[in-house]
Amino acid sequence: MPEKYHIQTRPVPPRRPRIGKHGVVDWREDCARCHNCVKKACVYDRYKLEEEYIRNLSVVEALYFDCLGCFSCVQDCTKGILCLTINPEYEKLGNRYWKPDIIKTTWLQAETAKIPVSGAGYRGPFSGQGFDAMWTDMSEIVRPTRDGIHGREYISTSVDIGRKLPFLALDGGESEMALPPLVSIPMPLIVDLSSPAHTLPKLDPIVEQVAANTGIIAIMDSRYRPAKAEHLQNIAFYLGPDSPPVPDDLLRETRLVEIADDPTVVECVKAIKKTHPQIVVAIRVDLTATGVNRAIELGGLPEVEAIHIVADANGNELTTHKPRFLKDMLRQIHTALVEKGIRDEITLMAGGGIALPEHLAKAIICGADLVTFNLPLLVALECHLCDSCRPGTPCPAKLEKIDFNYGVGRMTNLIAAWHDQLIELMGAMGMREARRLRGDVGRAMFFENLEEDTFGKLYGKRKTA
Amino acid sequence: MVKEKQLEDILPENTLKTRVPQEQVPRVVKPAPSRYRNEIAKYIVHRSLDCDLCGQCVEVCAYGVHVRQPGFKYFGEPKHHLCIGPNCERTDRYCVAQCPRGALQIQENPMFKVLGDFRWTADLILATWKMAETGDVPPEAYDFNYECGNSGGGFDRLRFKFPKPPPVKLRADEIDTSIQLNKRGDDRPKIKIDVPWYGGGMSFGSVSNVTQLSKARAAVAFNTFTCTGEGGYMERMRPYDDHVITQVATGLFGVREETIQRVPIIEFKYAQGAKPGLGGHLLGDKNTPAVARMREAVLGISLFSPFPFHSVYSIEDHAKHIEWVKHVNRRALIATKVSTPTDVDMVAVGSYSAGTHIVHIDGGYGGTGAAPDIAKKNIAMPIEYAIGKVHNFLLAEGVRDKVTLIASGGIRTAHDIAKAIALGADGAVIGTSELVALGCVRCSRCESGRGCPRGIATTDPELSAKMNVEWGTQRLINLYSAWQKILVGILLRLGLRSVAELRGRTDLLMHLDYTNDVPAKL
Repeated sequence: MPEKYHIQTRPVPPRRPRIGKHGVVDWREDCARCHNCVKKACVYDRYKLEEEYIRNLSVVEALYFDCLGCFSCVQDCTKGILCLTINPEYEKLGNRYWKPDIIKTTWLQAETAKIPVSGAGYRGPFSGQGFDAMWTDMSEIVRPTRDGIHGREYISTSVDIGRKLPFLALDGGESEMALPPLVSIPMPLIVDLSSPAHTLPKLDPIVEQVAANTGIIAIMDSRYRPAKAEHLQNIAFYLGPDSPPVPDDLLRETRLVEIADDPTVVECVKAIKKTHPQIVVAIRVDLTATGVNRAIELGGLPEVEAIHIVADANGNELTTHKPRFLKDMLRQIHTALVEKGIRDEITLMAGGGIALPEHLAKAIICGADLVTFNLPLLVALECHLCDSCRPGTPCPAKLEKIDFNYGVGRMTNLIAAWHDQLIELMGAMGMREARRLRGDVGRAMFFENLEEDTFGKLYGKRKTA
Repeated sequence: MVKEKQLEDILPENTLKTRVPQEQVPRVVKPAPSRYRNEIAKYIVHRSLDCDLCGQCVEVCAYGVHVRQPGFKYFGEPKHHLCIGPNCERTDRYCVAQCPRGALQIQENPMFKVLGDFRWTADLILATWKMAETGDVPPEAYDFNYECGNSGGGFDRLRFKFPKPPPVKLRADEIDTSIQLNKRGDDRPKIKIDVPWYGGGMSFGSVSNVTQLSKARAAVAFNTFTCTGEGGYMERMRPYDDHVITQVATGLFGVREETIQRVPIIEFKYAQGAKPGLGGHLLGDKNTPAVARMREAVLGISLFSPFPFHSVYSIEDHAKHIEWVKHVNRRALIATKVSTPTDVDMVAVGSYSAGTHIVHIDGGYGGTGAAPDIAKKNIAMPIEYAIGKVHNFLLAEGVRDKVTLIASGGIRTAHDIAKAIALGADGAVIGTSELVALGCVRCSRCESGRGCPRGIATTDPELSAKMNVEWGTQRLINLYSAWQKILVGILLRLGLRSVAELRGRTDLLMHLDYTNDVPAKL
C-alpha cells in the first residue's frame, strides 16, 4: 500500500489565558450560602476550574471566561444571583471579516489538531458575503470509496504547480516532448508571505519547520536563509522589485520561486528558467482594479507557469471603491482561461481572505488549483488580530516571545485540522481528488442561483441592499 | 390508525405474540411550568431603596410580577419573566409610572443577549418555552416573535399574505390539520396523522430515554409519530409501537427483523441534513453501558455510522432494500430520509420509483447530536430551496399525488411548517423545537462528555434524572397544541379548510427581499 499523507500532531496548550465567550457574573452579596450551591453541580466543573485559575494566577491579565453557557446554574440558583454574560474581550477579537468565532475555532484547532465538532444545528446567518454565499454539494449515493469514514485515507489532496502540456506526443511509449517541471505538494495549501503589518522575523524559522513537517511550501522573503538545507524543498523565495537576489546554490535546491508582476515579468521568468530550468516560477499578481485582467492576460502567455493572485486580508479587491470578493474574481479568471482553452496548462494560486478550511475548498471549487494563506497561522499563535502591530508597540499576544516548538506545534496542528476538514468536505461531495475539484462549480451551490431558481421566479426581482 | 383486529391479518405471528398492549395518552393541555427555579426573562424589574413597601405595585400589575406573600412585610423577588416590559407603559397598570416613590425601573435583561443565536433567537426560545408551559399561543402583550428567527434568509424572510377579510369565513373546528402518509394507493394501510408533523429521529445515545419516551407519548396524544433514530429500539417504547417510526440507518445499530416488525413506518436514513454525506457519529463518552447494550457495540468507543449504505450503489439497490423491509413487515409504510444536494429532486423521484411512501428531505441547517461545524454550515442546501425543487419535479413527473413529501432541517415554528407546506411539502419533521420545549438553550454541548447539561440529550443517569416523562410529555403536548392553534389560525386567515389545501400555494407567500410583483399562477 502506498504511503499515506499524514501530519503528525500533538496537543499544544495555549500560553495565554483562554478568552472564552461566556462568563458568569456573580452578585455575591446576596448569596444565601446554600449547602447545595449550584456551583458544585456545574457539569463542566467550571467554578472549580475558576478557583484554580485564580489561585494559580501570578499576574492578573484576564478574568476567567470559560463557561460553556448552559444557563443551568443561572436558572437554578436559590437566590437568582448568577447572570450569564458575553466576555467583552471575546467580542473585541478580530474584525468584521475575521469574526470572534473564527478566531476561537482557529485557536481550538491549533491546540488540538481536531475537527471542531458540536451538538445542535447550525447557529449562524442564513448566508452572507463572499464564501458564505455558497454551499458545497454532497452526493447521496456516489462515494469516493465504499468504506465510509474509514475510506477517507483514499482521498488524495495532492496538487501540482507548474505548466502542464496540453497534450502528449508519444513515440514508442516515450514522450517526444520535454516535460516541464512540476512541483507536487500533498495539500492544496501554501503559506504566503506575512503581510508587512504582521512581519515578525522570529516566525520565519517556525514557518520553515512547519512547511517541512507538513510537506507544503512556504513563500519567504529572498533575504531569508533557512536553518536546514533540506528545507529548501519547502521554501519558495519571493523576488520582489527591491529584493536582493538569492544565491544560486540556494536556488538550485528549491522547486518554486515567486516573482512580482511587472512589465518585464516574462523576461524575468526566462532569466530564471535559463539558469534553473528545474524551478517553477509563479507570478504574483495583486488583485487591484486591473488585477483580474492582468491575470487573464498572463495566463495566455506561453512562458507563464503559475499565477498567484492575491486579494487583501479580507478577500477584497485592492484599491477600488466597490471591491469585488476573491471568490468572484477567481471565477472570472478561471472562466476566462477555460474559454480560451488554456486553463489546464497553467496553475492558479489564490490568496487573501482565506480564514477557514471551508474557504480552502470553496476557493478551489471557484477555480484555484491551490490556496495561499498566512493570517490563520498567526491566529494559531493566539494572535487576536488586534491590528496594533507597530514597531515599538508591545504585542498583546506576546508573539515575539513564543517558543519554537510551541509555534511549530500550533501551526502544524492547524494545518492538520484544515486537511482533515478538506477531506470531510470532499468525502461528502464524493470527490476523490483535489485536482479534480478545481473549478468544479457543479460541486457547489451559489446563493444567487438558488435564490433566483427558488424565489426569483415566484416573487420578482431581488431588492438590492 | 390500524385497528387491533386488522393487525391480526397483516402482522406476522411472532410480532403478534410479542406485541404489548398499546398505551393511550390523553390530549389534554395542562400547565407545565419550567423545571428551573429562575426563568430567563426578557425584562428585569429593579426596586430601589426608595421603596416604602406600600404595595401599590402588587395591586397595579396585571401580570403578577410583584409578589408579597400574605403576612410578609417585604416583597419577594419579582417574577421578571412575567413582565411585559415597556409595552405596559401604554396601559394604566404600569408599575414604574404608578409607584408613588418612583422606586421601580424596568430594563431589558442583559442576559437576553446571551441567549439564542441567529436561527433560534432568544425571543423564539422564550416563546417556545411559554407555549410548552401553557399549551397556548404566547399572549400578544409579551411581544414575542414566535414566527421566525433572525437568520436573514429562507423562512425568516417569507411571510404569508393574509387577505382582509378572509375569502371564506370558517370556524376553527372546521379546519382539518391532518395529512395522509400513504398516497401510493398500494395495499399498505392508509395512515393519517392529526397534525402535519411528526418527531424526528433521535437515537437513544444522542438523547435520554426520558426524552425519547416523552416524544413518543406526545406522538400518541396527537396521533402522530416519533422516530427511534438509529440507536436501537428501547423496550420501554413498546407500549407506543403504533406511533413509532424505526430507523434503518447505515450503522444498522440495534436493527433486527423483530424491531422492524413492530412499527407502522420504517425509515431508511441515507443522510442527515446537519452532516450530509458524513454519516452518524456518537462520541465515545456517550457510549455508556446502556447505549452499548442497545446498539450491540463495545462500551466507550466512538460509534460511526458509515456513509452511505454499503449495499446501496443505485436506486435499484435502494429498491432492493425497500423490498426486503416490505417483506419483513407487511403492513409498514416506507419513509426515505435524504439530505439536500443539488440533485435532491432526482433522488426524490428515484426514491419514489423504488417504492417509498414518504420522501423525507432534511435540509442543511437541521439539528444533530454531534456534527463537524464545517458540515453544519457548508454542506448541502437549506431546506427552503429544496422543497420547491422537489415538489415541482414530482409534479412534472406526474407523481406528486402518489408520494408524501416531508421537509425537515431548520423547521422551528408552526409558521415554518405552514411556509414549508405552502412551498410544496405535505408536512414536516421537527426535532430541535421539541428539545427547546423540554428546556434546551441550544448551548451546543450535546456531543461529548456527559452530554447535555440540561438533562435532555444525555445518557448520564444523574443528568437524565433532571426531567421526568410526565413533565416532558406534557411540555410536548402543550407545544403541539399551541402549534396546532397557530396553524389553524393561519388557515382561517387564508380561508383554507385543510392543511392539504395549503400545499404548494406559493402565491399565498411573499418574500421580504423581493419586489413581489409577479402575478400569481394558480
